[in-house]
Amino acid sequence: MIFYYLRLAAISLRRNWGQTTLMILAIGLGIGVCMSIVTINYLMAKDPIPDKSSQLYYVQLDNWDPNRPAESPNEPPDQITWMDHQALMSAAKAFRQTGNASATAIIRKPDDDNFRPFLARIRGNHADFFPMFDVPFLYGTGWTSDAHRDWGADQVVVLSRETNDRLFGGEDSVGREITLGNPTEFSSNLFRVIGVLDEWRPVPRFYDLTSNYFSDPAEIFIPFGLILSQGLSRSGNTNCWKPTGDGLRAFLGSECVWIQYWTELRNHQEKADYMAYLDQYVTEQKEGGRFPRPLNNRLSNVNEWLDHENVVQPEAKMLLAVAVMFLVVCLLNTIGLLLSKFLGKSSEIGVRRALGASRGSLMYQYLVETAMIGFGGGLLGLLLTWLGLESMLAIFGSDASNLMRLDLNMVVAAVALAIASAIGAGLYPTWRACRIDPAAQLKSQ
Amino acid sequence: MLDMKGIARIYQTDLVRTHALRDLTLTVNEGDFTAVVGPSGSGKTTFLNIAGLLEDFDEGSYLLDGENVAGLNDRQRSKLRNEKIGFIFQGFNLIPDLNVFDNVDVPLRYRGFPAAERKRRIEEQLERFGLTGRIRHFPSQLSGGQQQRVAIARALAGDPRFLLADEPTGNLDSASASGVLDLLEGLHTSGTTIIMVTHDPALAARAPSSIHLQDGRVVGNDEAAA
Ligand SMILES: Nc1ncnc2c1ncn2[C@@H]1O[C@H](COP(=O)(O)OP(=O)(O)O)[C@@H](O)[C@H]1O
Ligand SMILES: [Mg+2]
Repeated sequence: MIFYYLRLAAISLRRNWGQTTLMILAIGLGIGVCMSIVTINYLMAKDPIPDKSSQLYYVQLDNWDPNRPAESPNEPPDQITWMDHQALMSAAKAFRQTGNASATAIIRKPDDDNFRPFLARIRGNHADFFPMFDVPFLYGTGWTSDAHRDWGADQVVVLSRETNDRLFGGEDSVGREITLGNPTEFSSNLFRVIGVLDEWRPVPRFYDLTSNYFSDPAEIFIPFGLILSQGLSRSGNTNCWKPTGDGLRAFLGSECVWIQYWTELRNHQEKADYMAYLDQYVTEQKEGGRFPRPLNNRLSNVNEWLDHENVVQPEAKMLLAVAVMFLVVCLLNTIGLLLSKFLGKSSEIGVRRALGASRGSLMYQYLVETAMIGFGGGLLGLLLTWLGLESMLAIFGSDASNLMRLDLNMVVAAVALAIASAIGAGLYPTWRACRIDPAAQLKSQ
Repeated sequence: MLDMKGIARIYQTDLVRTHALRDLTLTVNEGDFTAVVGPSGSGKTTFLNIAGLLEDFDEGSYLLDGENVAGLNDRQRSKLRNEKIGFIFQGFNLIPDLNVFDNVDVPLRYRGFPAAERKRRIEEQLERFGLTGRIRHFPSQLSGGQQQRVAIARALAGDPRFLLADEPTGNLDSASASGVLDLLEGLHTSGTTIIMVTHDPALAARAPSSIHLQDGRVVGNDEAAA
């Protein structure tokens, strides 16, 4: 019977094409708006590293001003100081650990005069960074442990896949050389490529939430200490709560925070041990006059950290609620249209009943018709979602392009949501239509 | 085959209680052609709808082919209606969105016949009523007489034993009306049981037997020999 009902639905929808168009528009608009917002929320909120998100912990130490917290009500700062970074890295108490920070540098190819230098986003990190975050390699590898020789680490780089495409046309560039230069000085230093990443775009860029985490990932990775020793230009946030002296040495000895610190702790015991270590470390530091605030160290796993940093902003959640309400309004409209459509069919319903249709089969027939409207609405909704995301992209620029990708899940979800919404909206009108008393209908003829 | 005893049907609205039928007792045998006559509002349509299982009744009992219909659920009634009963209405009641072929197809779909069988039956019926040339026409493209013939073809396509006609000629000019009546007589001759409601005594006179309703009661029973 399904084919019969599909055909009847097509005939009926074509017959009242104006009404059909209105219903498809109502559902499509509702779905389009709702799905655009849902897509953004979904991509913001999704776990960027599902296999390990509960084993990767972000470290916060409260070295802040005794008179006021880094962030109310009583939050420690969201990065750590150079001194603490050095101490934590040398102690190496976690299964894996890495400090990391961002910088920028001018990239050149020493053996190619025609190559146009460009400004690249650099990430300084330690060796554990790559295995910790399951970073995929296309060629070569990351560097091996550099924890204890930060200033004298080998001058090596790992390139992102895009950077390797740009610099070496996608070839295996392991062993090739590039220079990284400070944009404000005319110095530059030779680095050897030891690894090239495969496509790696965690969204959001959870490993560094201190600056725009929906922007593109780093283009070049270098051993952490080289950011300082090679005089590159740091580009992340730096926060200080008391004045520092002049010069690099003074900065490094200050209470300014600028380094993000991650650990990999495989189970509760490791986490408890590490927390104990942090508390003990800070307690020792207090004896030396640092850490004037009460003990307030934090370990947050990836999802806790995303939550803490409000990656899904409250505004986005509000917007989602508004979008859902908009969908509901659209569906209420559709219910009205369907009611008038089906009640307009009362005489046909009377005839079909007289000719042997049960209530059930009429219900089936009209639900198929509603589902067809839903399918049309779903396709339109999908188109509008796509347009919506594209236009947001146009407004927010390419920073948002990682965020606003429609994946297959979303496509399927949009169509499914539309059909479910349409059928949901169609249930009451259909039910009403099937309750129509055929005898009364036929009498009134 | 149709056996009603003491049937009553009461419509209760906020203001009034209407006894559409009171204590109606009636038997229609296989092969009968019975006219139901009475003034407007006397309960003719109500009777026909109850006979056709489209409407419930409040008192009495109704056996259709010996089966007590009171205990049946919607699906069972619909199935019985589909298999045993053909309806013809005053207003033809063709489905305007469907062409002639698809209109006649409706009861056959609910019957669950395979496509070839449906096609054969539809073509057979349309040929029988001289509608072969109108097979792709829509109801709005047909005259009243043609529409009523399509409706009769539709009512008969599933080979019902029982044809219920409610003022089948009420919307037709006298020539078409006479033509439709000729058709019904022909069907009767070939064995179909027919109950025809009409308020026109002249038409009723052409049926071999008739019953008279007034205010929901049988006031006369005319068993004129055919
Ligand atoms: N669904 C209904 N609700 C209320 N009253 C009804 C309904 N159907 C019929 N009636 C009343 O029942 C009586 C019989 O109606 P009906 O069977 O249609 O008569 P007829 O077909 O002989 O003109 C009339 O008085 C009519 O007003
Ligand atoms: Mg009537």
